Amino acid sequence: MTVIATENLGKRYPKVTALDRLSVDIAPGVTGLVGANGAGKSTLIKILLGLSPATEGRARVLGLDVATEGAAIRERVGYMPEHDCLPPDVSATEFVVHMARMSGLPLSAARERTADTLRHVGLYEERYRPMGGYSTGMKQRVKLAQALVHDPRLVLLDEPTNGLDPVGRDEMLALIRRVHTDFGISVLVTSHLLGELERTCDHVVVIDGGRLLRSSATSDFTQATGSLAVEVTDTDAHPDGTAALGAALTAAGLAVRAAGGAGGAASAGGEAVTGGGHVLLVDLAGDETYDVVRDAVAGLGLGLVRMEQRRHRIAEVFRTGADSTGADSSVNHGSAQERGTTHAA
Amino acid sequence: MPPETTAASAQDVIHNIGYRPYTGPRLGRGYARRALWSQSLRGAYGLGRSAKSKVLPMTLLAVMCAPAAIIVAVAITTKMNDLPVEYTRYAILLQAVIGLYLASQAPQAVSRDLRFRTIPLYFSRPIERVDYVLAKYAALASALFLLTAAPLLILYVGALLAKLGFAAQTKAFAQGLVSVALLSLLFAGLGLVVAALTPRRGFGVAAVIAVLTISFGAVSTVQGIAYARDNTDVIGWLGLFSPITLVDGVQTAFLDATSSFPGGNGPGTGAGLVYLLVVLALIAGSYALLMRRYRKAGL
Repeated sequence: MTVIATENLGKRYPKVTALDRLSVDIAPGVTGLVGANGAGKSTLIKILLGLSPATEGRARVLGLDVATEGAAIRERVGYMPEHDCLPPDVSATEFVVHMARMSGLPLSAARERTADTLRHVGLYEERYRPMGGYSTGMKQRVKLAQALVHDPRLVLLDEPTNGLDPVGRDEMLALIRRVHTDFGISVLVTSHLLGELERTCDHVVVIDGGRLLRSSATSDFTQATGSLAVEVTDTDAHPDGTAALGAALTAAGLAVRAAGGAGGAASAGGEAVTGGGHVLLVDLAGDETYDVVRDAVAGLGLGLVRMEQRRHRIAEVFRTGADSTGADSSVNHGSAQERGTTHAA
Repeated sequence: MPPETTAASAQDVIHNIGYRPYTGPRLGRGYARRALWSQSLRGAYGLGRSAKSKVLPMTLLAVMCAPAAIIVAVAITTKMNDLPVEYTRYAILLQAVIGLYLASQAPQAVSRDLRFRTIPLYFSRPIERVDYVLAKYAALASALFLLTAAPLLILYVGALLAKLGFAAQTKAFAQGLVSVALLSLLFAGLGLVVAALTPRRGFGVAAVIAVLTISFGAVSTVQGIAYARDNTDVIGWLGLFSPITLVDGVQTAFLDATSSFPGGNGPGTGAGLVYLLVVLALIAGSYALLMRRYRKAGL
């Protein structure tokens, strides 16, 4: 079951190609849509809402064709725009009730759903005050509430964390996570901040220049690279503890290398501060590797400063993905089986 | 925690954690259009809005009705044989009030959604461009009809209380209603088109007033000159160039009204047909322009 499926979707304007044969399947859950400004995110959302016809290809949202069943899609989908869209002189309650009615809810149901939804997004007494006096965080909550008030099957959130401070950002991300886990509503959230999606999304789709760069589960982006970073102290018996441990581990049959110089991709992140020379990267063969390292360190009488799993960050994957011009080849990470998704051919 | 387990368990327990899915009816486009119409109509009189925004429309409604009430009171007490003002003439006499109302309410009907960029929220819902335009147009036309028909109703009730001829009064009242209905449609269309050009409310107010007063001022001045030169044929045709004289021309030709043109030189039936066609073309043109205006106002 997919909530969004596009097939060679294209949108060409006389001078610009906004979307270039985009094929992507998105499963239920929280999906991040990542791309720089002008990458085609808004164009894609417009097409998915059935508001702008694609010039080629097809797209289905919740199993409905965007070209012919736009109205049915818009009844089941919620949309939160990136820009400000709230009139300042009405209260959040009045506004959301009105928007619920525009989605076809009878007045009494609209009132009930509005009260529920505003409570769920965390707006209480202030919901009776005119929205002109709201903080950015509260405005974003109202914008989210109007997208959720008619209980859609899918919400499209365009840059929901824009303009929020770090705390507000975290709260909004937690709320977005809850939209799926607690409310059972699938989410497509756009952002250009990759770190956010790492925490919030099950799946990330990266587009650039209207083309698909990558589509895979977040766990793939941040999967363990299969190596363990180990840092030890030096002792009198072993003036160079790192080298001694390296020798001992190699003798125990593990592949060991020094962090820093050699391991280009693996050493991204916050490694600059830790002094790469004292960190050993040990290939993780299985859970027993931890025991072997522990025993080796104890046997040599060294102090174990840290031992941690090394992960890729989304930013890292995005950078390598964006660098490779043959984008199609970067898509072949084995994630299709995991969430039942397929990638661009 | 791997995302899969979260997603899977959420599917199982969703009903137990406070969020209630909506299972009731979804009434779709037609309902949304009616809801937008009634909300906009109420808004045109400040209902459902702040107390401050009720002041102007309610005052104008009172100003519109007061002369009718006075006329009725005088007619009843002095036992007149006929009302001193024709039903069809009333709106023409009070055109400044109607113009002021239109200038204040047309921008409020459309500029707010443009200015605060609420339009995308509408168009991401079942409601469509045609529904939005129709609802806004119908709401402002209804509001204008209320404004112009209410005093006619007062006159009519007063005339019946004064025991004036029932048949004649009813016919004249009906003709008056047709006339103000046409006026409402025409003025609402022109007002909305002008107001929708700018997201700034102040500009909208000024522009609507300018369109109404400048066109009427120019037409009546030139008509005055033509009358002074005994060029009576021209007077009838000049009325085509301002909204209120258009309505005057149509009702003179078809609704037994006495023309307010200089010397009462209104258009005859032939010229009246041209007037009617121009009015209908303006109404249709306003609608088409509004549809065009909102084509680009989406997401």
